[in-house]
Amino acid sequence: MSATSRYATRTSARGSRRASALGPGLVALCVVLAVVAFLSVTMGSRSIGLSEVLHALGSLNNDGSTNSTVTLELRVPRTLLGIVVGAALGVAGAILQGVTRNPLADAGIMGINAGAAAFVVFAITVLGFRGVGVYVWFAFAGAIGALLLVYSIASLGREGATPIKLALAGAAVTAGLTSVTTGIVMTNVDALNELRFWQVGSLAGRYAPILTGVAPFLLVGLVASLGFGRALNGLALGEDVARGLGQHVTRTRAAAFAVVAILAGAATAACGPIVFIGLVVPHLARFICGPDYRWIIPYSMLLAPIILLLADVLGRVAGAPDELQVGVVLGVLGAPAFVAVVRYAKLSEV
Amino acid sequence: MTVLAPPAARTLTVTRRRRSVRAAVVTVALAVAVAALFVVTMMVGSFRLSAWEVIASVLHLEDNPSVDFVVRGLRLPTAASGLTVGLALGASGTIFQQLLRNPLASPDFVGISSGAGLAAVGGIVLLNLGGLAISGLALGGAILAATLMYVLAWRDGVTGYRFILIGIGVAVFFDGLIGYVLTRAQLSQARQAMHWLAGSVGQASDTELKVLTAALIVLLPLAVLLQRPLRALELGDDTARALGTRTELSRAGLLATGVVLVALAVSVAGPIVFVALIAGPIANRLLGPATGGILPAALVGAVLLLTADLVAVHLMPTPLPTGVVTGAVGAPYLLWLLATTNRQGAGG
Repeated sequence: MSATSRYATRTSARGSRRASALGPGLVALCVVLAVVAFLSVTMGSRSIGLSEVLHALGSLNNDGSTNSTVTLELRVPRTLLGIVVGAALGVAGAILQGVTRNPLADAGIMGINAGAAAFVVFAITVLGFRGVGVYVWFAFAGAIGALLLVYSIASLGREGATPIKLALAGAAVTAGLTSVTTGIVMTNVDALNELRFWQVGSLAGRYAPILTGVAPFLLVGLVASLGFGRALNGLALGEDVARGLGQHVTRTRAAAFAVVAILAGAATAACGPIVFIGLVVPHLARFICGPDYRWIIPYSMLLAPIILLLADVLGRVAGAPDELQVGVVLGVLGAPAFVAVVRYAKLSEV
Repeated sequence: MTVLAPPAARTLTVTRRRRSVRAAVVTVALAVAVAALFVVTMMVGSFRLSAWEVIASVLHLEDNPSVDFVVRGLRLPTAASGLTVGLALGASGTIFQQLLRNPLASPDFVGISSGAGLAAVGGIVLLNLGGLAISGLALGGAILAATLMYVLAWRDGVTGYRFILIGIGVAVFFDGLIGYVLTRAQLSQARQAMHWLAGSVGQASDTELKVLTAALIVLLPLAVLLQRPLRALELGDDTARALGTRTELSRAGLLATGVVLVALAVSVAGPIVFVALIAGPIANRLLGPATGGILPAALVGAVLLLTADLVAVHLMPTPLPTGVVTGAVGAPYLLWLLATTNRQGAGG
């Protein structure tokens, strides 16, 4: 008896210690994000002195000099975009892995990238549109359309959208749309050329209009996502237990999917497909905070933009005078780091 | 107790028999479909042949030099590579999915195809190689990636979850490097590399085809034999161990079989996507309750690839690499199957 109660006190003490360490951890991550954002504004192929950056940032209006223009019109929007897009992809990945209870789930395999690419190709070949500014809205529509299709197919039948049905429907829709897109692109050189540049997945060349276009969606989605922690914790125990705890499983899944559609759809529309972040960051967050989604979501929200911006800065510095794409940097440097974490950290399953 | 047992036992026998009958019927039907597609692939083209002419020529029943040239010389290699690559991809896909207990864990997603892709693209772009050398590199890359994943995931044994995570990391790493190599390449080499990456059954050479065929003859029966421990693994490591399965040994053996099959398939035809991913689920839905057969999954893979090749070469305005069409052929069918089985409440 005394042994059990001692055990209980010890575990609850560990739990509260964990919570008391995780709270300051979030604050620390905020500081790191601020530092990285500052780096992203100051560093690049054109070297701009620290004082000039501070001057441009302090006055917040363009005094006409090149340095001020580069800072305010290129680097600041790019950095802000990196922060919101990174946060959106990280959170979308965390929620999707929670809803589907599948460690391989990310927005890409749920059809987002394939849907967006298919609509961009449609806009180019059939409607004859050109330019990143127009593609944003087609990509957004395509991403949401593909996700809706996946969800509606998976939710046919009595039990609704179970994890395994979601995974299969997502994989199938991705397969079909990708094939159609590739087929069109292989026969239409013009479309191939345009899609090639959209598909790189990059923060470069996305300026203020695109940021202001997608930012409202991303901010709404990010705020809404913070409310899902408890529901996802329930789902992680299995549907029956979640139902027993008084949760409306179908409604939770639908709401979570809607948030993912907005977040990942808008992010992909703005930057093209960026893999890795949505897939890997939730696992990193899980290593830090254990299986509690109330912590995983905010940690993903902060870790993801830190990693994305770091990779972007590295790509700018290492590839100067050109740029290395974010995807390349993330793969070559991020993946080994991730493998090391998986190997040496204690795993908690999805 | 003694009164109740006989009817219960009888129900069990009846269910089991119904299950095995359905499995047998589905397998035979799939085999017939594969054989028919195999023949049709050799019939169509700019020079049309009848089914009898094709069969007679392949089996050396008649001597007709012009038909023999078209069939044995030109069309048989393509059809044979479609058949063998499809079988290999279908079998290895379902092995991975069952071994890792995850419907998304096909070899394309956990880094094996990416390893092969990097080796081949590197060979094309950096070393200016072509032909058989590329196939050899792809084979080496796939086996290297698989070994790397297994070694990295090993810590007092390999759990499915850790293997999947390591696989993601390895895949992302290789894909990043492929992207880097492609951006550094000249345009013509990049095009050649992209074409290889799309995957096509038409690019197979004789030697590779012979190796793959021999491997299939040995490994497919072996994989089917290893299915019993595989079933136990599906229940989870602890249960499998309690049932007396030596989990590590069975897992390593099956993984090796799957890796060799997918590596050879990629070296013959390039990393054709989605066949390995969707062949298993389609076969499972056709089989109904008796899921998990490797042979049906392999046959579904062959059906998918042969159909995709027919569509890619004959129905498109310009002939395309097979890998471009595989998803378009398989995906709608899988979605339709999902929709119908979900309606019956058997979708899983």
